Parts: sequence; C-alpha cells; structure tokens
Amino acid sequence: MSQEKVLMKGNEAMAEAAIRAGCRFFFGYPITPQTEVAAYMAKRMPKEGGTYLQAESEIAAINMVYGASSAGARVMTSSSSPGVSLKGEGVSYMAGADLPGVIVNVQRGGPGLGGIQPSQSDYWQATRAMGHGDFQVLVFAPSTVQEMADLAYLAFEKADEYRMPAMILSDGMLGQMMEPVVLPERVEQLPEKPWATTGHKGERKHNIVDSLYLTADELERLNIERFERYETVKAREQRAETFMCEDAEIVLVSFGATARIAHSAVVRARAEGIKAGLLRPITLWPFPVDAIEGCMGCAKAFLSVEMNMGQMVDDVRLAVNGRVPVEFFGRTGGIIPTPDEVLDAIRKLAGKGGE
Amino acid sequence: MAAITVDDGFCKGCGLCVDACPAHIIELDRSRITAKGYHPARLIDASKCTGCCSCALMCPDVAIEVMR
Amino acid sequence: MAEQKQGEGRVVFSRPKSLLPVVTNYCPGCPHGIVHRLVAEVIDELDIEGRTVGVAPVGCAVTAPDFFGCDMIEAAHGRAPAVATGVKRVLPDNVVFAYQGDGDLASIGMAETVHAATRGEHITVIFINNAIYGMTGGQMAPTSLPNQVTQTSPYGRDVSTAGYPVRVCELLSSLDGPAYLERVTVDTPKHVRQAKRAIKKAFQNQIDGIGYSMVEVVSTCPTNWGLTPQDSFAWMRENMLPYYPLGVYRDVVADGFADAAQAAAARNADCPVAHPEKRAEGKEGAR
Repeated sequence: MSQEKVLMKGNEAMAEAAIRAGCRFFFGYPITPQTEVAAYMAKRMPKEGGTYLQAESEIAAINMVYGASSAGARVMTSSSSPGVSLKGEGVSYMAGADLPGVIVNVQRGGPGLGGIQPSQSDYWQATRAMGHGDFQVLVFAPSTVQEMADLAYLAFEKADEYRMPAMILSDGMLGQMMEPVVLPERVEQLPEKPWATTGHKGERKHNIVDSLYLTADELERLNIERFERYETVKAREQRAETFMCEDAEIVLVSFGATARIAHSAVVRARAEGIKAGLLRPITLWPFPVDAIEGCMGCAKAFLSVEMNMGQMVDDVRLAVNGRVPVEFFGRTGGIIPTPDEVLDAIRKLAGKGGE
Repeated sequence: MAAITVDDGFCKGCGLCVDACPAHIIELDRSRITAKGYHPARLIDASKCTGCCSCALMCPDVAIEVMR
Repeated sequence: MAEQKQGEGRVVFSRPKSLLPVVTNYCPGCPHGIVHRLVAEVIDELDIEGRTVGVAPVGCAVTAPDFFGCDMIEAAHGRAPAVATGVKRVLPDNVVFAYQGDGDLASIGMAETVHAATRGEHITVIFINNAIYGMTGGQMAPTSLPNQVTQTSPYGRDVSTAGYPVRVCELLSSLDGPAYLERVTVDTPKHVRQAKRAIKKAFQNQIDGIGYSMVEVVSTCPTNWGLTPQDSFAWMRENMLPYYPLGVYRDVVADGFADAAQAAAARNADCPVAHPEKRAEGKEGAR
C-alpha cells in the first residue's frame, strides 16, 4: 500500500476516495459548503470514464442515484443541510428498495436557509429521520481529512454489504480544512449485484426495484426483515475512538470536527487533575453503545459536546440509561466551540461529580 | 376462416371490442359472469369474422386472440 | 370443421411475450392496458426485452413493474425521468423507458421532465394524459381542462384561480434537447396503430442514438370521469383533442437532421459561444 501523503481539502479527499472506491457516478447540485465535492467530481469523473451530472435539483440528484444504484453502480451524491432535506424523499425510497448508495452532508447551520458556517445540527435528521417510514441509514462521522477519505471508502463497502444507503455526516469545517492524507488504494473488484436491473438478457426472471407493498402483511414482514439486518449492523459496525477513557470519571462524547476541540479540552482538564476522557463516535448509526458501556466502570458523568442545541446527547442518555448524569455543552448557528468553553463545562461537571 | 377467442380470465367486459367490431358480431354475454364479476365478450357469428383484429387492438386487457 | 382446417390455428394476434400473463389492476376500459400492450409489442418486435429497463410512475401505473417482462424500477412520484437518467448513464447500451401519467409527469415531476428533455437524455418517455388523477380517486390534474369537474374542482376548473392546463408536447418542443415528440390517442383501431408506430419510433430513436423521445397518449379515465369507456372516448374526442391536438411536435429526423444534437446546433447557429468553430472561421476571414 502506498503511504504517500498529499495535502488536500477534506471535500476533495472524500471525493477522490470515492473514486478509488469504484464510484463512477456522481449526481449533485451546488450548495455551500460542499461545492468542492461537485467541482472535484466534475473535473475527475470524465478522466475516469465516469459520469458527473449536475442535476436540476437535489431531488433529481438523489433520484438519479436511485436509478444508477438500481443499475448496479457505485454512486454518490453530496449536499449541505438544506439540500439534504430535499434528498430525504429519495433516501427513504432507497431504503425501501434496499438500494446502496452514498450521501454526503457537509453540514451548515439551520434551520431553514440558516447560515453557511459549520454545524452538526443534522444529527437527528441523519440518525432518526432521513425520510418517512421505518428505516435507518449508516452514518459515518469523520473527524479529520484522513477520515473523510477513509470513511467515504468504507461507506461504499458497507452500503453494498448491507444494501442500504450510507451517509457521510461531515461539516463545513472538515470540508474546507486542508490536511495531509494517505489516499486509499483503488478497489480491485466490485461486488456482484444479482438483484440489479441491468436487463435480464433472457437469462433470468425480471428484476424489480420497488418499495411498494400494498399488502400490509408483506410490508410488515419486509420491515421486520430489514430491522433484523439493522440488528446485525448494530452488532458488527459500531465504531468509536476513545482517548484517556480507561480511568475517566468525566467522559466527553463528541464527534466530527467538535471532537478535535473536545480532545484539546480533555488534555487541559487532565493537566488540572480532572480525570476526563473522550469517546468519539465514528459511526453515529449504529451508535457506539458498546463503547459507552466500556466507560461505565469509572464514569461519574458524561458530557456530550456538539455544534448544535443538543442532539447526540439523546443517544448518550439512551445508552447510559440513567445510571450517571449526562450533560450537554454546545454552540450552534455556525459558532465553533472553543477549548476554553468546553474546559469550563468539564470543570463545572467535575465540581458536580465531586459532590 | 377467421375467429377470435376471448379469455374470460382477462376480459373485464368493458365492451370496447363490441364497438370496434366492423361486422358487429361481438357482444357481452349477459348470461355469464366471470370470476371477477364481469360479463365477458363473445363472438356471436363466427362466419362473419374476417380476422381484422380491430377488437383485439382495442382490448385493454389483451383478452382476445385472433386466428385467421 | 373441414372448411376451417385451412389456416386454423394461425394466430395473427396474441399477447406479446414481454407483457406478462397477469390480470392488470386497471379498471374496465382503461386505455393504460392498450398502451402497455403497444409498448410490449414494440419491445418484442425490436427484440430488446433482455436489455430493456422500464421505470414506472406513481399513479395508476404504479403496479406496471408486475406487468412487463423486462427489468423494472418503481420510481417516486414524478421522478421517473431522473431515475431513468441514472439507469441510462450507467447502462448506455440498454434501452430505458419511463411510463408516466399527467400528475406524475406534468405536475410533481415537471422539473425532472423538462430537464431530462433539455439534457436530451437518451430515454423514451410514454406519457398518458387523461386529465385527471386516477389512482387517488379523480382530482384535478395539471392537464384537466377549463371547467372540467373533478373531486378537487367540484365547480369546474376555474382558470382564474387554478390556472390553465399544460400542453406538454408544445412545452417541450421549445427545448433543444428532444428529438421526437408526438401526441397520439388510442380511441379507434386506426389510432391504436398510429400510436404503436409512434411508440416504436420513440424506442427506435433511442436505439439509434437520435435523442430524447416522448409520446403523449391522450387517454381517458372512465371510472373517475363517471362515464362508460365508450362515452369517455367520445368526451375525449369532443373536449380533449381540440385542446391537445394530435400530431408530431418535433421530429428532428423528419426535419432532415441526423439527431437532436445536430438539430439543436442549427437552432442556435447564431450564438457565437455555442459555435467556436464559426468564430475561428470569422477571425480567419477578418485577417
């Protein structure tokens, strides 16, 4: 494996990794702060024999993804928060038709048109309600430019493996940031997709890609089967990184760009003698409940640090299930929390925890 | 000699074939009801059928086969 | 029986192979079945079932995937042209068609329709225009006629508040992308034959790489119009055909062009940036 490091923007590293993962079809629509992904794909795809198509809307883009995925291709679309809302319809249909595909959300502040500064306020959308109906999507939360590349690559593999949409939940900070990155090797062989609508060539019964089931019994059965698959995903695919959690009494839980700030705050808290640690979820769905459980031995309190009004904190509370206090600290609207602010929150909690 | 056969499993008794037949030799059979509850079309005078296919062209359910 | 021996058993009309032997969910007398059969006959005659992928709409034809023998995809409401675009870009050698109704194509999916057409996607679109939402029980459609009574225009479509119907062939003919646009109907055997020729051309154009092709079929909805199938065709002839005249709205081949791209180039011939080759010639001349 080549270990050559290149300096790249997060959005571009992610796009290049997608190409190396065998993605040859990209359908998108311009929106800040993800436009570099589209621009990179527009430049690179023709040279890879692939297709970059600027759709008339995010709705059209996700439905082109639906079509390309039906035809068996590795395919991607990217957008930022307001545009991702528009994609919700198509993601629900993909989930209902068991179609893989990668959707990128380089989050910005909301609701509505919001702002163009970084945010993590689409956590609920990504993990709870990407569209109507009973379904989940895989959600990966990169924290570095290297992870933008690695998780984009992994997202294609896992989407195909479980036949479900996968999302890269990034933010404007990671998208715009430049860091050295080792790009993944090109994928050698793509998985067979016997279910794809590629034309039956007279060799098999016709394939149908569909999410319509008018018989309630059948629809319930399919949903139950899908949720059994989700249980497998939960058992196998939880990913998290821990830092100084072995003896941590105050466990910060933070993902994406915010985790980098939380990391600094933990280092400074340790310097002050506070036994703090950081648990960084890498998969937001499935949420790394096992990693939370691993901290329960020493943890006296959890602190969820996010760039929103408090969304992931719900999942931390569900995992902790009332055993110790779970608090929240966050900034929103495009404000990035400072290490000082986070350290203050840790100190307060340490005081509380010591009572 | 030409003839048509109507598949009662498909015929929904809409009567578009009745109107389309230039020889006026198709009718809905009021004496029979198909499994789905329709009066199916039937040929009433095979000797006049020319096998022109007008009935079959208009049939939305491809219930009619034409022989010539 | 003796006189029947000669020729008996020579079937001259039967179910096309690519139309599965399944009873459709369409109401008695619904022209959807006729158009389905025509599409299947064309697929059989062109011998393309094995490489055809159909995209079904939301509307009465939502169950079309169960009726066609080729690979089929069910799209979200109005999104069939985008889904078909995705498929065609991945499988350029396959034949991809979208089958859509008026609400699907001309209301919720208008953006997808117009943009697939203006991109000149190499797809075939079959458009059923019966001026009503059938599946949901007879609401006003984008193609419902002025004063037409529907469940959601109970006093008749009031154009002062609900606006005017959309003429899709005319609308799309203003674009450079489409190669072929024709409006047909299926109310008589003669018209059914004409409709089949149009549908065949729309598929052949795709195979030949000529460009985006759409056939609009002016149709009926006996159930929601509250008329017999026969009276529905009469109402359609009387009211719809004057508003939606039958005919060819664009045919780049008939106009003498090789394909849609060539026709578009001729149409925008006076635009310098669209024709760098001419600008180069002009500069040479100026020197």
